[in-house]
Amino acid sequence: MKAMTILFSTDSNSLLNGSRSYAQIMKDLVKEYNLSKMVDVIETSTFGFYGKGVLFQVFPEDIYYSVSSVDDLKEIFNEHVLKGRIVSKFLVEKERIKPAKGTELKETRIVLRNAGIIDPENIEEYIARDGYKALYNVLRMKQMDVIEMIKASGLRGRGGAGFPTGLKWEMTFKAKDGKKYVLCNADEGEPGTFKDRLILEGDPHSVIEAMAIAGYSIGADTGYIYIRGEYYNSIKKVQKAINDAKEYGLLGNNIFGSDFSFDIAIRPGAGSYVVGDETALMESLEGKAGRPRLKPPYPTEHGLYGKPTLINNVETFANVPWIILNGPGAFRRYGTEKSKGTKVFSLVGNVVNRGIVELPMGCTLRELIYGFGGGVAKGRTLKMVQTGGTAGTFVKPDKLDLPIDYESIKDGISLGSGSILVIDDQNKAIDIAKKAVKFYMHESCGKCTPCREGTRDLYILLDRISKGIGKKEDIERIRTLSMEISDSSFCGLGQSINLPLVSLYDNFKDEFLELVKAKSKNTSNLI
Amino acid sequence: MEKVEILRSRIKEVKSKQVEKGDMILSSLHLAQELFENSIPLEAAEAMAEELDVKIERIYEIATFYSMYSTKPRGKHLIRLCESLPCHVVEGPQIEQKLKDILKIDFGQTTKDGLFTLEQTSCLGICGVGPVMMIDGDAYGNLTVESIEGIIEKYRGDRK
Repeated sequence: MKAMTILFSTDSNSLLNGSRSYAQIMKDLVKEYNLSKMVDVIETSTFGFYGKGVLFQVFPEDIYYSVSSVDDLKEIFNEHVLKGRIVSKFLVEKERIKPAKGTELKETRIVLRNAGIIDPENIEEYIARDGYKALYNVLRMKQMDVIEMIKASGLRGRGGAGFPTGLKWEMTFKAKDGKKYVLCNADEGEPGTFKDRLILEGDPHSVIEAMAIAGYSIGADTGYIYIRGEYYNSIKKVQKAINDAKEYGLLGNNIFGSDFSFDIAIRPGAGSYVVGDETALMESLEGKAGRPRLKPPYPTEHGLYGKPTLINNVETFANVPWIILNGPGAFRRYGTEKSKGTKVFSLVGNVVNRGIVELPMGCTLRELIYGFGGGVAKGRTLKMVQTGGTAGTFVKPDKLDLPIDYESIKDGISLGSGSILVIDDQNKAIDIAKKAVKFYMHESCGKCTPCREGTRDLYILLDRISKGIGKKEDIERIRTLSMEISDSSFCGLGQSINLPLVSLYDNFKDEFLELVKAKSKNTSNLI
Repeated sequence: MEKVEILRSRIKEVKSKQVEKGDMILSSLHLAQELFENSIPLEAAEAMAEELDVKIERIYEIATFYSMYSTKPRGKHLIRLCESLPCHVVEGPQIEQKLKDILKIDFGQTTKDGLFTLEQTSCLGICGVGPVMMIDGDAYGNLTVESIEGIIEKYRGDRK
């Protein structure tokens, strides 16, 4: 440990504020003043929130600075690094990162245990924080004992569906076949969600280690990580992590001197939301158009190339090494009765602090938006929140204090991918509805008629209403058509359209009715 | 060397990393687009079908299914503006209008000088700094009506 450590957040969000070049300038300054023995400059993942400037943390003082120009950075170097005087005008108040007064924020980092702490591109830093120790332990256990641990933890799929992870592992383990696969679903496409990106870029080894653990448990020697094609940065970082793991003998043949061999390859996607569906992802990996398959047979029996396949989301995997090291009991201490552990939420839209936060299951929208998020941006009024992504429900502010977990859909709150979209009173319900349906229309793969044609009809309907040429009966049709599409579609995409549309209709029926009453033009912000 | 020949040799290299048959087709299409300025011309599709030992129909099925590929020629620089709700509610529509005004094209079109193609994309997973867009492999966040012009100018400058 050197006398001073400076951590720059250089995840994909921070990069856009220029964080990497600032980190480089700081590194150059340290070198120029011959302070390399005293000061470490490290690029790490997110601290959780994003501002307009470049954010970095300085140890041992444990303070955060936010700077907007190179001169600001140089000033901090001259004052703080050289003279030890804290430059208070650039300080980020801890309240911005820690909860606001009056709200208790129980941030618990299981998935993000290393994000913002280690240099994700340095495998030794991961190892130093007990990295690959879980894999080492597991290789001395019986396969079924590992699976029992995951089952006992109560971990459920974090991609949105919430299937019990341990059960999935057991089913794949019990499938009789010489060849099996482990897949990591990193085709993160749910609008407003960037947790998987941050995990892949902030702690890639946690996913690689978990996949190897899964491979051992179910009896697979091959793993694939299917990453969204647009996630250039994630692909690069995960590839480096895989290469390093191979070099250290943590992937490849006879890992830790055991009989277990496991290898992982990355495959990029090419821009299709439906591929986030597990069977569509398998089609895509096989080099085909990504259209979902009929289930059953389930992937645990008949998956990639017809072989038994275990497929889990990035966040699900990232929980696994922690569970192995700390035990299922420790994991079960967090969360609610039916939803154990934590959830990584991405807080976006009209909120003061946008960013990522990991909270125990069962936290509330108020904790997220007013605790971590610092409230609605620009002093405006909260109109609604969309939970769980674009394929999730809209809720009004009266639901801010209800718990969020896999069961909360009974209250109309979907957990989904953990995206929390804050929408202020400047937005019209009709515009939001049109945007949501446009997304469905664009992403429909065309395989089944209800989704392909229904979403188009729904869009035309909403477009008419927004232009003031809708009829009163059109309003009712929003609800019935959404339900029809949802009831008769082939896969999760079409099936989920009732979540955003019916909740919008139920919450804002009056606003829609106004539009057909007024018959005025230009009622929509959209062109 | 002809571009097609370069493509053939790169696909051979990519194919050596193949784990199972077919798992490198999407990667090959990405490669082709890099070489042929953001689209897949017939000659590239033919070469890929041959090198990967699949029917050309399959190449076209994939090339037209996924939104990152295009069989229609595109500009030298590909601008992808996020159209998802998280960018929409933080004044995305104003950015959209400004971009169209600067480039004098609509979505799906290419500027007359062949420099830019404007497209919409679904969420890019950088919503913490929305509204966002990508130009080729680079992302730009916290976009404002004022900042866009400068960003586009930078790419215009590259041409000279």
